[in-house]
Amino acid sequence: MEHSSLAGRIFRGIALALVLVFFMFPIVWIFLMSFQTNEQILRIPPRLVFEPTLGNYAALISGQLRTTAGNLEISFVHNLWNSFALSSAAVVLALLLGVPAAYAFARFKFKLGETIAFTLLSFRFAPPLLVLLPLSLYYQDIGLNDTYFGIVWVYQLIALPLILWIVRGYFEDISPDIEHAYRLAGHSWREAFTRIAVPLAGPGIAAAGLLSFIFCWNNFVFALILASADKQPVTVGALAFVTASGIQYGQIAAAIVLSVTPTLLLALYAQRYLVEGLSLGAVKG
Amino acid sequence: MSRLELKSVSKAFGTTLPADRLSLAVEPGEIVAVFGPSGSGKTVLLRMIAGMFEPDEGEILIGGRSMVGAPPERRGIGMAFQNFALFPHMSARQNIASGLRGKAAEVAARVQAISRLLKIEHVLGHMPRELSNGQKQRTALARALIGSPDVLLLDDPLRNVDAKLRYEMRLELPNLLRRGSSSVLYVTQDYREAMAIADRIAVLIDGHLEQVAPPEDIYARPASVAVARLFGDPSINLVEVTPLAEHGALSAAISGARVHLGPAGAEPPTAACWLGVRPEDLMISLSAADDAVPARILAVTPIHEKAVLLLRLADGTEWLAALPPDAPYTASDASVFVRFTPEAALLFDRASGRRIELSHRRQAA
Repeated sequence: MEHSSLAGRIFRGIALALVLVFFMFPIVWIFLMSFQTNEQILRIPPRLVFEPTLGNYAALISGQLRTTAGNLEISFVHNLWNSFALSSAAVVLALLLGVPAAYAFARFKFKLGETIAFTLLSFRFAPPLLVLLPLSLYYQDIGLNDTYFGIVWVYQLIALPLILWIVRGYFEDISPDIEHAYRLAGHSWREAFTRIAVPLAGPGIAAAGLLSFIFCWNNFVFALILASADKQPVTVGALAFVTASGIQYGQIAAAIVLSVTPTLLLALYAQRYLVEGLSLGAVKG
Repeated sequence: MSRLELKSVSKAFGTTLPADRLSLAVEPGEIVAVFGPSGSGKTVLLRMIAGMFEPDEGEILIGGRSMVGAPPERRGIGMAFQNFALFPHMSARQNIASGLRGKAAEVAARVQAISRLLKIEHVLGHMPRELSNGQKQRTALARALIGSPDVLLLDDPLRNVDAKLRYEMRLELPNLLRRGSSSVLYVTQDYREAMAIADRIAVLIDGHLEQVAPPEDIYARPASVAVARLFGDPSINLVEVTPLAEHGALSAAISGARVHLGPAGAEPPTAACWLGVRPEDLMISLSAADDAVPARILAVTPIHEKAVLLLRLADGTEWLAALPPDAPYTASDASVFVRFTPEAALLFDRASGRRIELSHRRQAA
């Protein structure tokens, strides 16, 4: 690549810029929208120069949505908190269950092992709605409908297979001799797992945890069907902005900015782990 | 002070049998080299002793106690791996100390002592990835040695280090390993390493222990053709013969010449045999003799301290001879005559591959 010609470099620059604009434009546009009133947004043609307002953010945080038809109560901050709590709890639970399971799949050959691992992965193939209708009936029967635990549990469908498969690849990359050596030094297998295998698979576990956090955070349908307003995350809560008197674009934009920011910051912070985790899990050295 | 004893240990993986009724005892303070070609079951044997998997049958005893079913951490074993198997997220010091419990000062003192012995004091703070292969290997050895284990298992520890270091370590290792009173099992694929380091060599071929004996015995009196082939560089010359007992003397026809194999003894072997002669036992001369085999020199390879001659006998058989480099008759394409003393001849039964004890050798032994 160092020997590319000037024209080649210019072309690469242009191509990169185009891709960047393509992916960054929606985010930038929504960021700009969040500082505009509904009237400013709906102007035709749209303008890049406008008088910014913090009204949208104020409405979200105070929970008072002013529309032409009157004042509406919204619980955006509560939804944000729900998103955070549900996703974190789901990821913690999935890590507690998935990391030991991934280790078992990586280290031990057992009957139906591959079948079980693949079945877990296949949860990701099925359209969620297919699962949801029967699931909501079961949930009503056993009293899990509209509970935090119920949602955290159903989020395992998202988080567990992801963690299992990424972390398993990491464990497989660790030479079993390293663990044998630690055991021969007088440590139990539990110590070999916690002090050798888990630290060495650390980047993979971090990447898998992070990815599943983002996927849980972005999930919409599970909470839409299985939870009522006070348990719903931001993704579902944003529906409240579609009101009888029209769609509140400004507030939606502000809500998106606020709900995307945590995952975006997390992803930026852990970018190195993410890329490393995704590629290392797939390609075994 | 614990003896390692294997009693008829067997292990099968599918149809392959990497351990077939292996019995072996290693005394405290003794070094036994397990030597064999790759795939002969050396590593499987070590791993069974270390408890990474269990034998299908048989007993593994350490200090008289059965270890079958015991977890690796309770076996009192130190092990150095071929791939070093250092803990990548721990410094060399932490690696070495990983098996020690007790007061920090005491642990530090022991780590210091063993690393001085292995000359790695200056890299104790380094992470494994910052160490050279030689330093990694010494760190792994230090980790195996530090706990003064009852049994020390070394899985081809010099495999991944360069030639110079391997040579140095071959000289150092016997002293290091004898420091404690561990029973040492040393796996290697290099017969020279086995001969340099071990008190006894256990030759493992296809899951079988072919011979367990001191190095000089294995070289001079190999139990079978297979063992004879594995020891020696250049390797032993083998020729098919059917010995003939006449007037109380044993002889064999090689490429038309009649070669004496010493007195026939009470029950002379007369079945089809392999006759083996080590290249360094061949004598080359320009003059014909009764018991000399005519040959032509095809090629001469000077290898440092010796010259290796590729010879072709009249019947087409190719032999190797190893001579001192200043020996005459090292011109290619010269016609020469090859002799060897009856004492140098090794006779193996062709059907079983086992060595046949010749009467004069029996007296010598």
